[in-house]
Amino acid sequence: MDSQTKTFWKYFKRSRLAVGGLLMILLIFLVAGSASLIAPYDPGKTNVSLKLKPPSFQHFLGTDQLGRDVFSRMLYGSRISLSVGFVAVAISIFIGILVGAVAGYYGRWVDSVLMRFVDIMLCFPTFFLILTVIALLGPSIFNIMLVIGITSWMGTSRFVRAEFLSLRERDFVQAARALGMKDRRIIFRHILPNGLAPVFVTATLDVATAILVEAGLSFLGFGVQPPAPSWGNILTEGRTYIFDAWWLTLFPGFAILMTVLSFNLLGEGLRDALDPRLRGRR
Amino acid sequence: MAQYLLRRLLYTFITLVGISVISWVIITQAPGSPIAITLDPKVSPKIVEQMEKNYDLDKPIYQQYFLWLKRLFTGKLYSFKDGRPVLDKIGERIWNTLLLNFVSILIIFSLAIPLGIFSARRQYTFLDNLGTFGAYLGISIPGFWLAYLLILGTVKLFGYPVLGMRSFVTEDLTSLEIVMDRLWHLMLPSIILAIGGIAALSRYTRSSMLEVIRQDYVRTAKAKGLPEETVYYKHALRNALLPIVTLFGFLIPGLIGGSIIMETVFAWPGIGRLAYQAVLARDYPVVMTINTISAVLVLIGNFIADMLYAIVDPRIRYQ
Repeated sequence: MDSQTKTFWKYFKRSRLAVGGLLMILLIFLVAGSASLIAPYDPGKTNVSLKLKPPSFQHFLGTDQLGRDVFSRMLYGSRISLSVGFVAVAISIFIGILVGAVAGYYGRWVDSVLMRFVDIMLCFPTFFLILTVIALLGPSIFNIMLVIGITSWMGTSRFVRAEFLSLRERDFVQAARALGMKDRRIIFRHILPNGLAPVFVTATLDVATAILVEAGLSFLGFGVQPPAPSWGNILTEGRTYIFDAWWLTLFPGFAILMTVLSFNLLGEGLRDALDPRLRGRR
Repeated sequence: MAQYLLRRLLYTFITLVGISVISWVIITQAPGSPIAITLDPKVSPKIVEQMEKNYDLDKPIYQQYFLWLKRLFTGKLYSFKDGRPVLDKIGERIWNTLLLNFVSILIIFSLAIPLGIFSARRQYTFLDNLGTFGAYLGISIPGFWLAYLLILGTVKLFGYPVLGMRSFVTEDLTSLEIVMDRLWHLMLPSIILAIGGIAALSRYTRSSMLEVIRQDYVRTAKAKGLPEETVYYKHALRNALLPIVTLFGFLIPGLIGGSIIMETVFAWPGIGRLAYQAVLARDYPVVMTINTISAVLVLIGNFIADMLYAIVDPRIRYQ
């Protein structure tokens, strides 16, 4: 481990919440990856004689209105939530880095135009826009990932632009230019690796938001379609039975809460650990 | 000051145009929009032609946009679902949404700022850490889940209906009871809508206050023997308020987006719910108009934030 990584870990470990978030995420990953091994029942197997049973030893989290085991459905649902979160954010940081780098490097009118565009995008009530586009394109999981990605890149682009604006004046960039290096190469091979730190923070926080958005979409019926299990749509299907089958509402929501919370904690922890201004405070 | 506001107004207008163009392009040009019907080979060419004329599809793209704008402003845009003018449908409901959002904003600011200051004064103590953790919970909790849990809780506890803007048999009650009923129905959705905002704003206030507290003038104020309340709420807060005002601009899109889910859960007759139903029914004129109107609301909110910013920060006024 090089000294930069070691310093980072030293500061990161200071926050118990951040470490907790990281561990939680690793746990969720483990669970999602081994869903097929852990799940006691087939998530799609219906058995109407077993419908709406409360949590018991045979069915840890109860059964839903079609007799499917909620625990198994939630395990498979974790895969959806995580994959939507990650792919959507991958798309958004790709766009964000592109926009931010170009705006920050070239400056002047390019910067103005791009930032105006960012401001316009920020004015959209994003959830509504996402809903509209999904309604148009159809609620396939790829569409969801794509649309969430296209509407959450703005934060990343601002941070990347800020990094580029400051790094652009540094000596190593001047040297590269003096050597006649092409712009594209300077941007991607030299400046970007140094300016990547805030992107980790925004990426993590954006995953949290993406998971919440996916849950909201599934809740409204525009996310993952039944019978495929997603935490959001288990909640929706349980809406009708809310007074009698509370377990259909409590558990999926709690799972969403825990997952999103751990990503937020991790993101904040990363931010504190990577921010040089906060060093030497305690 | 006037110059600054004028500039912001112009900028707002340009942004509005940009938003309407982008919305329009997305909705009319995406696959699955009304044009898709014309691709169905079973539909006879005469009908296709008629549809194209109805939707102005035979005209060049930029003209379609302006025609849509014209229809929108003259109130001639009709809903696909029931043929009523779109502006009528929106006009009936928009005040409900505005009411809900306005109350949420009040709640957010009146709770978040004191919480943030409270946390900042007691940095690193147990209460501060508790508050911080609470804020994390607040931004992570799925709104619709919390809504259902609270609905379950209040209905089991009080046995009184919670959904919608008012209960059903309100004709025989006294006006005081009617007002109380309305308030009761307003409470839950606006609080839940406000939770995310409270969490975010209190964190923001806290960090802004922390920066301000370290300044020399605060130390001077304390050394002068001013009461703690005056030091924090009068002197420190004024300077900490700047970044908070900018956050106001970011709060509004979140609230409007959150309205969709809250209004659906609570059967609140607002434009969020109207939008959701319109999306379900593929009612494009309504969807487009609400999209644009939400963006307008956001821009108005930003503009108010800019005005507040000019009031709060004297440096801006003399630019």
